[in-house]
Parts: sequence; structure tokens; C-alpha cells
Amino acid sequence: MTDALLPVIVGAGPAGIRAAQTLVRHGLRPIVLDEAGRCGGQIYRQPPANFGRSNKTLYGFEAGRAEAVHRAMGAMRDRIDYRPETLVWNAEAGQLDVLHQGQTSTVAYTQLIVATGATDRVLPVVGWTAPGVFTLGAAQVALKFQGCAIGERVVLMGTGPLLYLIAYQYARAGATVAAVLDSATLTDQIAALPALAQQPAALAKGLYYVAWLRAHGVPLRGGVRPLRVLAQGRVGRVSGIVWRDAQGEHTLVCDAIGLGYGLRSETQLADILDCRFQFDAVQRAWLPERDAAGRTRVTGLYLAGDGAAILGADAAEWAGERAALALLVDAGVCLDAPERARALTLEARLARARRFRAGLERAFPMPVNWAAQAPDELVICRCEEVTAGDLRRTALATGALELNRLKALSRVGMGRCQGRMCGAAAAEILADCSAQSPSDVGRLRGQAPVKPIPFSASAALPHQELA
Amino acid sequence: MRDDGPGPALLKRLTERQRESVSFMLDGQVLDALLGDTVLTAVLTHRATLRHAEVSGEARAGFCLMGACQDCWVSTESGERLRACSTFIQPGMRLLTPAGGPQ
Repeated sequence: MTDALLPVIVGAGPAGIRAAQTLVRHGLRPIVLDEAGRCGGQIYRQPPANFGRSNKTLYGFEAGRAEAVHRAMGAMRDRIDYRPETLVWNAEAGQLDVLHQGQTSTVAYTQLIVATGATDRVLPVVGWTAPGVFTLGAAQVALKFQGCAIGERVVLMGTGPLLYLIAYQYARAGATVAAVLDSATLTDQIAALPALAQQPAALAKGLYYVAWLRAHGVPLRGGVRPLRVLAQGRVGRVSGIVWRDAQGEHTLVCDAIGLGYGLRSETQLADILDCRFQFDAVQRAWLPERDAAGRTRVTGLYLAGDGAAILGADAAEWAGERAALALLVDAGVCLDAPERARALTLEARLARARRFRAGLERAFPMPVNWAAQAPDELVICRCEEVTAGDLRRTALATGALELNRLKALSRVGMGRCQGRMCGAAAAEILADCSAQSPSDVGRLRGQAPVKPIPFSASAALPHQELA
Repeated sequence: MRDDGPGPALLKRLTERQRESVSFMLDGQVLDALLGDTVLTAVLTHRATLRHAEVSGEARAGFCLMGACQDCWVSTESGERLRACSTFIQPGMRLLTPAGGPQ
């Protein structure tokens, strides 16, 4: 019965790998497509093979988890069709368009599990396009994947648990962390404690990082409002950061900044496959609808991991496995009693992870007055260099109240990143200047190709119309 | 490290230095990298600029390092375009960081 199934999994991070493992256990041979060259996703990203650090050095407390995920992939390599360095750039019912080594081709599927992960959520600050400003995730990738720090004197700024984790990883690796500048306050964190106690181990790790940083003299500042990145020289690279807190205005010399306000889900494939989206007030983002198992309203389409909603790496593993079990049941496979019980256990764990996540969002809230305070000259869209003032003037002059309309009129989100970096900020600016809530202004629609592909590759497809 | 050029190195190597070295060309200058470096690492351990923004012409040096922001595209002398954060440096690569802005 399962012989006719062609399941495909997009993404080889914790969600995709656990999904594949579950399908393999039932005798299926999924195709696993991943944009990276080695499995693990962003969180368990592996450096190139000729690097030498231990897993303990690379992944710290998460070394055991990382090894387990990598090992699960290794153990099933000959029972899956694993295609690394493969970008899925378009999707329709039953078929994906992929790019591998400059060539496009199609991959057919009967069921699809989308586990596309997340990137940093960015709220721009004046000067954020200067060389030396990176996302928090980029700061971590530089160290984990390349053994480099993003600068000599690094400031980590924004909000979220990643600030403290990366500060700890940088300091441990011998980098100078000039400061951690968090927009959240101690009051936010105390209010969140009951929810954070849902996952005591995760809470304990976070507290450990903070205590370690304090003990090692890394300045930690809360209630921070970043004002502007200072830049110098012909190149205009980072030379400092100016911020305000309850005590007043401060300037700190640094040559690199890691910036991020939590994470945002990569939802483009779910979008072009016609998932319905709803506004998630906790994550302050539009997310694809799915049931507790990861089923969407589209038959045969399942979502798992941070690409569906930000719940973290452990939850991604559970969601990947749960979605695969749902796929099997929907395909007519009879699960035995332990597996049916396992499915319920996974759902209970995911529910607990959602409560913990609500706590994290409370402890590290996105600064809601960011848009009101953003100056007109602030660049929102770094591809097309559209400013907050451009957006406000366009919205005012045209009456555009919806984000895609504003995109059409201002080019915000129309550049190469397709709004990945600016979409959240643009929505906040539009909501603020038109006195709406972010749920009213809508979301940037996904569009193929979801990432740039070379024209030489697309030229081989005479029947495809490219966006 | 040239202060009159595109700025001194942005990235700082902390570890993993015991790798085979690789030579490549950047804007006609021969530079060294290590095998396993991305193009972005190879360039930014010497300089502070990868590309220039199309509209303002301002210097850019990547942003997300995970293939999402598309702000690290560079060219080869033969005209091929590479996303620097997700392409590994190859011996003898000939890269260009052309000026941006309205042409």
C-alpha cells in the first residue's frame, strides 16, 4: 500500500530528520531536500568536514541533541533519497521545482512535509546596513560554521534568549563582547517566570548563561532602545552604537553588532501551496494554519518545526515526528498502540512547548513602540532602500492600508530577499502610521521563485513563467 | 589590511586555523583563504566590503549568513554571480566587488 507513496520532506534540520526517520521506520523512502550541504538545519548546522572542533565546543549543552539528530540522519542515509544543496524555489500540487548546482528540475510528491525553519526577526535601527551589522543568527553561524567572530569588539542587541546564548558562545570562544543590549526589562522577565517554569531545564540554561556573563564582566543592559549605529571611514563600517535607557543616552565603541528580536518562520512554501494563514498574537506574526499534528487544509501537506511557528529545536524534533505519523495515518497505515500513544505524547509536549514559548515572548517582547519611534530616515527595506518616511508618505498619500498594496506602491519587500528581512518591520510601520493593528495590515504574500535563481537555470524551462 | 582600500578585515578568526590555505583573486589582488571558508569569510577576513547597494551605492558586507537576506551576492570575473555566504571559496577563484549605485 505504501509502495505508491512518494513522500518528500523539505529541510534537513531537527524537524525534517525526525520526520524522515519516522517514515523510514514504516518502510517508506522519503526524498529529503535541503538547501545546505550538510544536515542539521541552522541550530545543529555542521561546519565543513575539514574543521576540527568537538561537538561539545560547537553545540555546548546541546551537543547530545545535535549528535543524536546527526546520527539519526547518518543511520538512514541509504534508506532515504537525500539531496543536499537543493533549493526548493517553487511548489504546486504534486510537484516541486528545485535548483541544484545551477540546474533546475522537478520533484514529484504525493505527500509533502515542509520543515523550512526560521531566520532572525529584524527591527532596523539607523545605520543597520553598515558593514559590521549582522543578524544574531549570522553572528552564531560565523562562529559555528567558520570559526570567526563578526568583529573585534562585538555588541549583541535586540531581544530574546539568543542574545545571551551567543554572548556566552562568543566570550567562551575568546571574542570580546562589548555589551548585551536587550530591549526587554527585568519586569518583563519576572512576569514571564511562571510560564518559563514549564521547561525548567531550558530556563536553567538561560539563567546559567546570564550568570556566567555577569561573572565574567560582560555588561548586560536591559530596557534598551537602540538609536543609531555609528559608522566611520570610506566604507562606513561600524564604529559604535548609541542607545537610550532609563538613565539617558549612551555611546559604546564597537566594530560589529549582532541584531535580532527573536525569530520569524520561513513560510513561503506553505503560502504558495495555499495554506490558510492566521495572525498569531503571541508571536506577532501571520502563521500557516495547521492542526495539532501538523496537517494543513491542503490534503497531503504537513508543516513541522520553526517554519510553521517558532517553538525551538526540541519541539521541532517532536513536530517532525508527529507530522510524519499523521502522514502515515492519512495514507492508510495502521499505527500500533505504542505509536498511537506516542502521537499523543508528542502533542502534549508540543502544547507544553507552546506555553513555554508564550513565556519567552513575554520575557523578551518585541518592542511595541518601535514603529512609533522609528525616524523617517530609517531604512526599512535594505534591498530597495525604502525608508520609514517613504512608507508613511506613501500610505498617507495613497490610502494604502494593506501591506501588499504598500509593497506595490513603495517597493518595500520587492527586493531579492522578498521581505524576509523587512516584512515584519514594514508591517509595524504601516500599522502604526495608519492606526491599525499588525493583524489588520496583512502579510506579504509569498511568490515563486522564493529565492533568486540564475536566469540560465530558468531558461531551461520554456513552459514556466517566472515571477 | 589596507586602510585606503575597502577597509580592513571585518571578520576575526578565533579558531579552526589549521586548514589548508587557498589563494584567490579579489579585484585583481591575490589573497589567501583557508579551505572550507565561504566566499564571504574569505573576503571579509581581508576587507570590510562584499558588494555595494544598487540604489545608494553604499558598501555592504552580508547580513544573515544563512541564505535569506540576499545581501552578499558577488560576481566572478567571468560574470557568474555567487551568494557569498553559501558558496565555498575555490583555489584560483577570481572575484569582483564592483561599485554599486545608479550606473
